[in-house]
Amino acid sequence: MSELTTPTKGDPPLQKIVGQQADEADKRYFAAKGMRHQMNKVFPTHWSFLLGEIALYSFIILLLSGVYLTLFFDPSMEEVVYNGSYVGLQGMEMSRAFESTLEISFEVRGGLFIRQIHHWAALIFVAAMAVHLLRVFFTGAFRRPRELNWVLGALLLLMGMFEGFFGYSLPDDLLSGTGIRATLSGIVLSVPVMGTWTHWALFGGEFPGTEIIPRLYALHILIIPGIMLALIAVHLGLVWYQKHTQFPGVRRKETNVVGIRIMPVFALKGGAFFAVVTGVTVLMSGLFQINAVWQIGPYNTSQVSAGVWPDWYLAWADGILRIWPAWELYLGNYTIPPVFFAGAVGMPILFTILIAWPFIERKLSKDTAHHNLLQRPRDVPVRTGIGVMAIMFMVMLEISGFNDSIAYTFDISLNAMTWVGRIGILVVPPLSYYIAYRICLGLQRADRAVLEHGLETGIIKRLPHGEFIEVHQPLGPVDDHGHPLPLEYQGAPVPKKMNELGFAGTPVAGSWLTPDPVAETVALERARVGGHGNGAAAEVEAGNGHGATGTPNGEVTEAGEEVEAGTAPTER
Amino acid sequence: MSSDNEQQLPTEAELAEMDRDQLVTLGGKLDGVELVEYPDPWPVGGTRAEKRAERTVALWFTIAGVAGLAFLVAMIWWPWEYEPFQNSDGHFWYSLYTPVLGVTLGVSVLAFAIGTLVYTKKFIPHEVAVQQRNDNLGAGSDEVHRQTFAAHVADAGSRSTIARRSAIKRSAGLGIGMLGLGATILPLVGFIRNPHAESGTKDGLYHSGWQAEEPGQKVFVRRYTGKPHEIVLVRPEDLEAGSMETVFPFKESERGDSHALSAALKRVDNPVMLIRLRPDDAAKVVKRKGQENFNYGDFYAYTKICSHVGCPTSLFEQRTNRILCPCHQSQFDALHYAKPIFGPATRALAQLPITVDPETGYLIAKSDFIEPVGPGFWERKS
Ligand code: FES
Repeated sequence: MSELTTPTKGDPPLQKIVGQQADEADKRYFAAKGMRHQMNKVFPTHWSFLLGEIALYSFIILLLSGVYLTLFFDPSMEEVVYNGSYVGLQGMEMSRAFESTLEISFEVRGGLFIRQIHHWAALIFVAAMAVHLLRVFFTGAFRRPRELNWVLGALLLLMGMFEGFFGYSLPDDLLSGTGIRATLSGIVLSVPVMGTWTHWALFGGEFPGTEIIPRLYALHILIIPGIMLALIAVHLGLVWYQKHTQFPGVRRKETNVVGIRIMPVFALKGGAFFAVVTGVTVLMSGLFQINAVWQIGPYNTSQVSAGVWPDWYLAWADGILRIWPAWELYLGNYTIPPVFFAGAVGMPILFTILIAWPFIERKLSKDTAHHNLLQRPRDVPVRTGIGVMAIMFMVMLEISGFNDSIAYTFDISLNAMTWVGRIGILVVPPLSYYIAYRICLGLQRADRAVLEHGLETGIIKRLPHGEFIEVHQPLGPVDDHGHPLPLEYQGAPVPKKMNELGFAGTPVAGSWLTPDPVAETVALERARVGGHGNGAAAEVEAGNGHGATGTPNGEVTEAGEEVEAGTAPTER
Repeated sequence: MSSDNEQQLPTEAELAEMDRDQLVTLGGKLDGVELVEYPDPWPVGGTRAEKRAERTVALWFTIAGVAGLAFLVAMIWWPWEYEPFQNSDGHFWYSLYTPVLGVTLGVSVLAFAIGTLVYTKKFIPHEVAVQQRNDNLGAGSDEVHRQTFAAHVADAGSRSTIARRSAIKRSAGLGIGMLGLGATILPLVGFIRNPHAESGTKDGLYHSGWQAEEPGQKVFVRRYTGKPHEIVLVRPEDLEAGSMETVFPFKESERGDSHALSAALKRVDNPVMLIRLRPDDAAKVVKRKGQENFNYGDFYAYTKICSHVGCPTSLFEQRTNRILCPCHQSQFDALHYAKPIFGPATRALAQLPITVDPETGYLIAKSDFIEPVGPGFWERKS
C-alpha cells in the first residue's frame, strides 16, 4: 500500500505532519474506508430538518452548563439562616438548597449567567423537540421503517419535560415547592391502593420531608440525563444508519438521498448552526431574567406566590387539573380523588397515544409500505387534521394552565375562563380538524389548478370580440392552441407566483454603494452557467429561480422540468 | 452494494495515474455517491465580488474576536459583586453584569456562526450529491444473508440440545426468574415506609400539629410575625370583623425550643385560616352536621391546605366571604362550612374546632381536625 497522502515537495510542514499522522492511524485502526464512507454520507437539506438539530445543540448546552452548576449547588434540605449578600433575604431561614442557589446567583462570578443559560436552554430544548416532533408528524417521517425512532423521540420529549420539572424544583423556592406539592405529591397520593405507599416511598413520609429534593437531584443530574443521552445516541444512530428522509423533488426517489455530503458542507453548516443556537441562547440568558428565585423566596408550606404556573411545557398538565370537574368517586370506605383521573390517568393516556401514533396510523390507513419520501401536509388531510386537532387540544389545556393570568390581564372572570377551558377543549379540537382538513383540500386544488392551467400572470387581455381573459403562464409544454398540457402532481411544491419563476430578476451584483464592473459580472455568470456540474456535462439546475441569465421563458420551462423530474417517487 | 463496487476497484498502477478529482469521484462511487453538481463558486479569479465576499467573512470573524475580547474584559473587570438597591450607582453597574456578559458572548458566538455560514455559502461549492440508499426498499437483507443468519442461530440452538432438556430449561428459568426478581426488588425495598405506621401521630395522614401531645395539653393559636422563634398568641379582639389571618399551633412544650418553634410554621398540615366574620354575615352561616360548635362566636378556623392537591388557599375575599386557591382556582364558601363552590376541589376545607382558653383569654384548638387535611387519598373515608 502507498502512503495515505502522497506528500509532494511543495507541501507545507503542517500538511506533512497531518498526512503522516493519518497514515500511522490508518495502519493501526484500518479506518480509511470507513471514514471515507462517513464523510461521503449525503444529507438532504430542508430548513425543517434543522429543528431536531436545535434540540440536540441545546441539549449539549444543557449538559455543559448543568455540570458547571453541580459544582456549586448543594441539594441538602438542612435548615440554614441566610447570611449572603442579597439584603432582602438576610436572616431568613431556608434550606441549604435554596441558599446555594442564591450563592450561585450572587456569590459566584458569572454564576447567575450560567443559571440563566441553563434555564433558557431547557425551555428551548423542549420547544425544539416539540416542533421537531410536529415536523416529523405532519410530513409522515415516522412511517415504516422509522417507527422506532418516533418512539424514541416521543420518549425523549416526555423525559425532557420531567427532567425540566425536576430541574426547576431543585432550588426549593416558593414556586417550585408549590409545584412539587401540587403535581408530584398531590397526584401520587390520589392513586388508588398504592398512592399513599408510593408517596411515602418517594418523600420518605408526609410532604415535604427532607428527602425529595436530594432524590430529584440524583434523577435530574444523573439518571434521567444518562438515559436521555443514551436514547439520543440511538436516535441519531438510527437517522444515520437508516438515512434521512427527503421531500419529493428533482432527482429525488425512494431509492436515493439528494443533498450535501457530510464533508465539507454539512459539517460546516452543522457547526455554524450549533454556534447560532448557542449564540441566541447566550444572548437571551444575558438579557432576559429568568426564574429570579430571590424575589420569590424560600419554600414554605403555608405560603404561595400570586401566579402559580409551571414552565410552559408542563402548563398543559396543570391545565387538566384546573378544568377537570369536581368529580370524586367513593367505593365503600375508599376514595378516588378527581386528580387521579385528571393527572394519573389523563396524562398517561396522552403519552400512550403520542408514543403509539405510528402504529395507530398504520392500523387506520393500512399503509405498511416502506417510505423514504416525505409527504406534504396538504396531501394527507386526515393526518394533518388530526395533528391540528391535537395541537389545539394542547393549546386549550395550555390556555387553561394560564387561565388566571389571562383572566387577570384581560379582566375576565376567573370562573368564565375555567368554563372557556372546559367547553373549549370539547369544541375547539373537532372544529380545527374540520378547518384544517378543508384548508388542505383547498391547497391541493390550488396546486392542481396551476398544473392544469398554468400560473396566473395578473395580465388581463381583451380579445378582439371584447372578452377579457387572464393570461396564464404554462409550466410545461403546450398544445397546438397554446393551451398548457396538464401536468401531474408529484408531491413537490408548485410555484404560485411569477416571481418564483424568476420574473422579478435578480439584484445587480455589487456592494451596498457601487455595482460591480459589468465585465466581471458577465464573465462570472457565463462561467457559472457553462461550468455547471462536475467539470463535464452541464446539467441545468431546475427551478432554482435565480439564474441571472435565464430569460423568463427559459426559466418557465426549467420549472416545468422540476415538476416532471420529481415524477413517480417509486420509479427507479 | 459494496460487492458491486469492489469489482470496479482500479489496479495499483491505475491508481497511481489518477489525479485528486478522479480519486474523489472514485471514492464517491465506492460509497454509492454521485456528485451531480460541484461548481467552482468563483470560476473567474480575482473579481471584485470575490474579494468582497472574503472581506465580509473576515469582518464577521473580526467582530467575533472583538466581542470575545470584550466578553473577557467584562468578565474580569466589570463590577460583579451584588450591591443593594440603596447603593443606586453600584446597583446599576452590578445589575448590568449579566446582560453585558450575555451580549458580548452572544454577539461573539453569533458573529462566528454568521462568518462560518457566509464562508460556506460563498466559498464552499454548492454541491448536489446523490447517494443510493442501501435499504433494499424494505425487502430486507439479501436472501443469502438472511438464510445463513437464520441457520446460524438455529444451529446454535439445536447443537446446544436445549430444546429437549426440559429439566435444564425449567431450572434455568427458575434461576433467572428468582435472581431477576431479587435484583429488581433490592433497590426498591429501601424505599418502603409504611404510611400508616404513624397514623395516630401528627406525622401521619390523619393528624396535624394541632393534635395535643398528651391529654389536657392546650394547643394555642399562634400568629406568624416573620420571626420564626417569636411566640405571639391570638386573642379574639386581635382580629377585626371581616378579616382573615393565617395561624399556627403552639404548645407550651415548644417554648424555648427554637427548632420546634420554626418547625411548627413549616409543617404542611399546620396552617389554618382564622376568619372573623362580620356579624351580619355570621347570621347567614350554614354549619356542617357534627361541626355545629366548632366555631367560637364569629370566629371560624379552616385549614389553609386545599382539599384539591394541597396548595395553600391564600386568598380570602372579604366581600363575598370566599376562599380562593391560587393553584387551580377552587373556591370555598366560608359561610357554608368552607364547602367547594367552584373549581376542581371536591371536599370542604377541614374545620378546626376552636374556643377561648378561660385562663389566658387566648384562642385555642379544642382538638385536632376531625378529618385528614389536604389532598384526597385512597384510604380516607369521606
Ligand atoms: S390545590 Fe387548590 S385548587 Fe388545586
